Amino acid sequence: MSTVVNDIPVFTAKDLVTDQEVRWCPGCGDYSILKQVQTVVPELGLKREEIVFISGIGCSSRFPYYMETYGMHSIHGRATAIASGLKISRPELSVWIITGDGDSLSIGGNHFIHLLRRNIDVNILLFNNEIYGLTKGQYSPTSELGKVTKSTPMGSVDHPFNPLALVLGADGTFVARSMDRDPIHLRTILKRANAHKGSSLVEIYQNCNVFNDGAFEVFTEKSSKADETLFIEHGQPLVFGAQKDKGIVIDGFTPRVVSLNDVSANDLWIHDETDRVKAGILTRFFDDPKHGPHFPRPFGVFYAENRFTYETALNQQLEDAIAAKGPGDLDALLRGTNTWQVKG
Amino acid sequence: MRYAKDLAEIYGVVNFLFTFAQLFAAFAVLFKMENTTLHATEATILFAGDSGDGIQLTGDQFTNTAALHGNDLSTFPNFPAEIRAPQGTLAGVSGFQIKFGSTEIYTPGDHCDMLVVMNAAALKANLKQLKAGGIIIANTEGFDAKNLRLAKYPDGVNPIEDGSLDAFRLFKIDVTKMTKATLEGSGLGTKEIDRTKNMFVLGFIYWIYNRSLETTIKFIEQKFGKRPEIVEANVKTLKAGYHYGETSETFMQRVEIKAAQIAPGNYRNINGNPATAYGLIAAAQKSGLPLFLGSYPITPASDILHELSRHKNFGVRTFQAEDEIAAITSAIGAAFGGSLAITTSSGPGIALKTEAIGLAIMLELPLVIINVQRGGPSTGLPTKTEQADLLQAIYGRNGEAPLPVIAAQSPGDCFYAVYEACRIAVEHSTPVFFLSDGYLANGAEPWEYPVSADLKPIKAVFAEALPEGEKFLPYKRDEKLARKWAVPGVKGLEHRIGGLEKEHDTGNISYDPDNHEFMVKLRAEKVERIADFIPDQQIDQGPSKGKLLVVGWGSTYGAIKTAVKAALEDGYSVAHAHIRYMNPFPKNLGELMKQYDHVLVPEMNNGQLVRLLRDKYLVPAEGFNKIKGIPFTSTELLEKIKTLA
Ligand code: SF4
Repeated sequence: MSTVVNDIPVFTAKDLVTDQEVRWCPGCGDYSILKQVQTVVPELGLKREEIVFISGIGCSSRFPYYMETYGMHSIHGRATAIASGLKISRPELSVWIITGDGDSLSIGGNHFIHLLRRNIDVNILLFNNEIYGLTKGQYSPTSELGKVTKSTPMGSVDHPFNPLALVLGADGTFVARSMDRDPIHLRTILKRANAHKGSSLVEIYQNCNVFNDGAFEVFTEKSSKADETLFIEHGQPLVFGAQKDKGIVIDGFTPRVVSLNDVSANDLWIHDETDRVKAGILTRFFDDPKHGPHFPRPFGVFYAENRFTYETALNQQLEDAIAAKGPGDLDALLRGTNTWQVKG
Repeated sequence: MRYAKDLAEIYGVVNFLFTFAQLFAAFAVLFKMENTTLHATEATILFAGDSGDGIQLTGDQFTNTAALHGNDLSTFPNFPAEIRAPQGTLAGVSGFQIKFGSTEIYTPGDHCDMLVVMNAAALKANLKQLKAGGIIIANTEGFDAKNLRLAKYPDGVNPIEDGSLDAFRLFKIDVTKMTKATLEGSGLGTKEIDRTKNMFVLGFIYWIYNRSLETTIKFIEQKFGKRPEIVEANVKTLKAGYHYGETSETFMQRVEIKAAQIAPGNYRNINGNPATAYGLIAAAQKSGLPLFLGSYPITPASDILHELSRHKNFGVRTFQAEDEIAAITSAIGAAFGGSLAITTSSGPGIALKTEAIGLAIMLELPLVIINVQRGGPSTGLPTKTEQADLLQAIYGRNGEAPLPVIAAQSPGDCFYAVYEACRIAVEHSTPVFFLSDGYLANGAEPWEYPVSADLKPIKAVFAEALPEGEKFLPYKRDEKLARKWAVPGVKGLEHRIGGLEKEHDTGNISYDPDNHEFMVKLRAEKVERIADFIPDQQIDQGPSKGKLLVVGWGSTYGAIKTAVKAALEDGYSVAHAHIRYMNPFPKNLGELMKQYDHVLVPEMNNGQLVRLLRDKYLVPAEGFNKIKGIPFTSTELLEKIKTLA
C-alpha cells in the first residue's frame, strides 16, 4: 500500500484498482487503455486523492468505476462541462475526462469545443472506436462514409468528423493521437498530456471487437502498421515504412510521400509541434486507408502550445478584485449606498 | 460601446409643452388642498416612452428618491419584447409604473394617477391604465406626424389636439426648447443636448412631489464621472426641470406624500434579481463555501449573473457557459468540488437543464436551480411575467425525481427565499429549485436589509478522513437522510458517483429490483422529511377560521394582500395564506385549509398550485387564473373574493 516519499505519497498501479468488476467485453481495447492509465498515473507525482476522473456515457465512460480515485460517471456528453466547473473551482486538482466519439463529438460536441478554446487545464482521453458500442452498434460521427450498421442498413451517408482537425479548429493547445494496441506509445503520450498546462486532447484509437472489429487494424497489425502509420516526434524528420525508407516532404503547403532512395533525409519535413499550420496539414493525413493512394496516419503529438488557462485567468481576477476592493464585506453589500432609517 | 449604451439610457427624448393653469386645476381636483401644498397618501405614476428614451432609468431614479424620502413603494417595469424595436412604434414602448405612499404599499397600483408619455405610441399603449380624470403629461415632439403614424393613429388624428382626451387632464410641455436654452453655450452637440431631456422631466416631477435632487445628482456623478461635461449637462437640465416647476409656483400646486409608517429599521431600495444575488452571496459567506454560478444569458434572469460577476472579491466565480446544459453541469462539477453551486435561468433554459437536474438528484449534491419565470410555453413572452413553471419544477424530470421547491413572494423576499433554498440544499444534500419571476426580478420595494449576524447559520457537513482500513460509504445517511459531502482532496475518501442507480450505503451501481424501489422511496422520503425542518404555514392576515382562504404563492403576494385587506375592511370573512415551501408543503397546510368553507387559489397560470393542493389534500380548492403576462390587479382579486367570502 501507500508509502510517502518527499511528501508525495507513492502508490502503484495496483492501488488504482477498485473493487468493481470490469465489465467491458472480453478483448475490448478499453482494457489496454485502463491498464496504461493505471500504470502511468502513479508515475506523475500526483496525490491520489487529488485526482478526479469524469466521464459521460458510453462503453468507455465506465472507466471511472475502475479507477481508485475520485470519479464521476455523469450523463451523456457532459463530462467536459462538469470537469470545467470542477477545475475552475478547484484548480489544484488533476482532472481527467474519459469520453468516446459519440459522447464528445455528437451529443457533447458543444461542450467539447468550448472546453478546448477556453484551454481549461484537464486531460481529455477520447476513446475513438468509430461506433456506438453501448447501444449495440449504430454508426457514430467518426464512422466512415458508407458504413453499414443497424441504423444504416444501406450504408451511412454521414460525412465523418476528422477529430483532430476539429480540435485544432477549436484552438486546442495540445493535440495528440495514440492507440490501444501500442502501450508504450500510449503511456508516453499520456505523460505528455498530463505535463501540458491547458486542455490536452488525446485521441485514442480503440478497437470495439464486438461492433466494429478491425476498424484500425491497418494501423495496429504487424503486416501493415509500419507502412500505414507515421510516428511523429518533435524535431525529427517524418519517416515511416517497414524499412524506414519512406518519408514526407512538403512543397509549400503540399505534402508528398517520397522514397528515401530518391530524397535525402535532410530534405524531409521536420516535425515542429509549435507549428500550427503544419499541424493542420498533418491532421489532414486522414484518408481512408482502404482506398489508396494515401498518407500514413500520424500518431504522436501534432501540436502543443502554451496559452493561459481559463481557470488561472479567472482566479487571478478574484485575487485582483480582493486586492483592489478588499475581501467582501457582507454587511456593506447588503446595506448598499442609499439607506434610510425609520425610527420607532 | 458600453458607454454609448449608457448615454442612450440616461438621455432620452422628452419634450413637453405645458399649460400651468390646467395642471393647477387638475391637482386641485385630485388632491385635497391644504395651504399651498396638496396632501395625498399615495400616488401612482406611469412613465412611458420609447425603449431608448431612458424610461427605466427615469423610473429607477424616481424610485430611489421616493424610497430615501421614506415612502413605501412598489414598482413595475414593463419592457418591450425586442431591445431594438423600431423607434416610435407600439412594440417599442417601455413603461415603468411606481406606486408610492405614506401608507403600506404592496403592489405597483392597478391604475395610475399620472401618465407621463414621451410619444404617441406610449399614450396609445397605456391610456387604459390611467384613472378617470387622471393627469397626462405629454411630450409634444412625440406627437408629430411621424410619431402619430408610427403609433397607428388614423391620418389627421392627433389625440393631444382633438379633444379626445377631455375625460383626463392633459398637459403639453415643450421640453426641447427649454433643454436647448438650458445648455446653450455648453459646447455639447444638438444630439447630446437632446438626450438630457428626460432629466428635465425628472426634475420637474421631483418638484411636483417636493423631492430632493441629491440621489440623482450623486447617481449622475457616479455614472458619468469620466466625462465632467456630461455630468454638468445632466445636472443642469435636472435642476432646470425642477426650477421650471418652482418659477411656475403661482400657477401650480405641489403634492406632498409623507414618509410611510413602516416598521422601524434600516431600509434600502431593492429589486428582485439583485436581492437574489445578495442572498446567494450571503449563503456562501455564512456557510463558508465558495460560490460558483454556472449560467447562460436569458431574460429575465441575466441580471443575477451580472450582479454576481461584480462581486469577485467575495470569492464568487461566475462562469458564462456555452449553453444551458453546460451552465448546470459546470455547477454540478463545482458542487462535487465543494462549492455552493448555483445555476440561473428561465423556463426554456430550465427545460434544457432537466436531465442534469436528474443527475444532481442521483448524486445527492447541493445545488440551487433558479428559475426566474416568464411567459411560456417555448420562447413564449420573454419580457412578461408568469407562474407557469411550478409543475415543471415539481414534476418535470424523467423517473421518480422529487426535489424541494421554494418560491419568493416579493423583490426583497427573493433574498430570504434563495438563502433558504441554499440552506436546504447544503444541509439536506439535494438540488433545490428556487422560483422567482419577471415581476419580482425587475420590481422594487423598500427593504429592511438584514444584518449578517442575524441570518440563520448554514452548516455544511463534510465527510472526514476515516481511520486506515475503514471503508468509506458515500451513500450513508444521517437522520435527515442526507449524505455527507465528500470532496476531492481528502485522503481515503476516493469514491465514484454517477447517474446509474446506486446501491444503498455503498453507492455502487446496482440493478437489483428491490434496491431500486427502496432507493426511489428513500430519495422521496428524504425530500418529504425536509418538512420537519421548515416552519408551519402561517396566515398572513384574516381569521384562522372562516368562509374563504385565499392561498397564493410567489409574486401574487402584494395583490392578494391588498385585496384581502380591503375585503376584511369591508367585513368579509376571508384570510390569506402565502406558500413559500412548494415542496414539501408545510406539515400543517392541509389542516389549515380545512378551517375555511372555500379555498381560492389565484395564480398567473392555468391552475398549477390548485392541482397540487387538490391532489395532496383532496380539498375542493378553486382556481382563479390570469395568463396575460401581467400581474393581477387587486381590484379583480377583490371582486372575486367578494363572490366567495
Ligand atoms: S461494445 Fe465494443 S467498446 Fe463496448 S465494451 Fe464491448 S467491445 Fe468494448
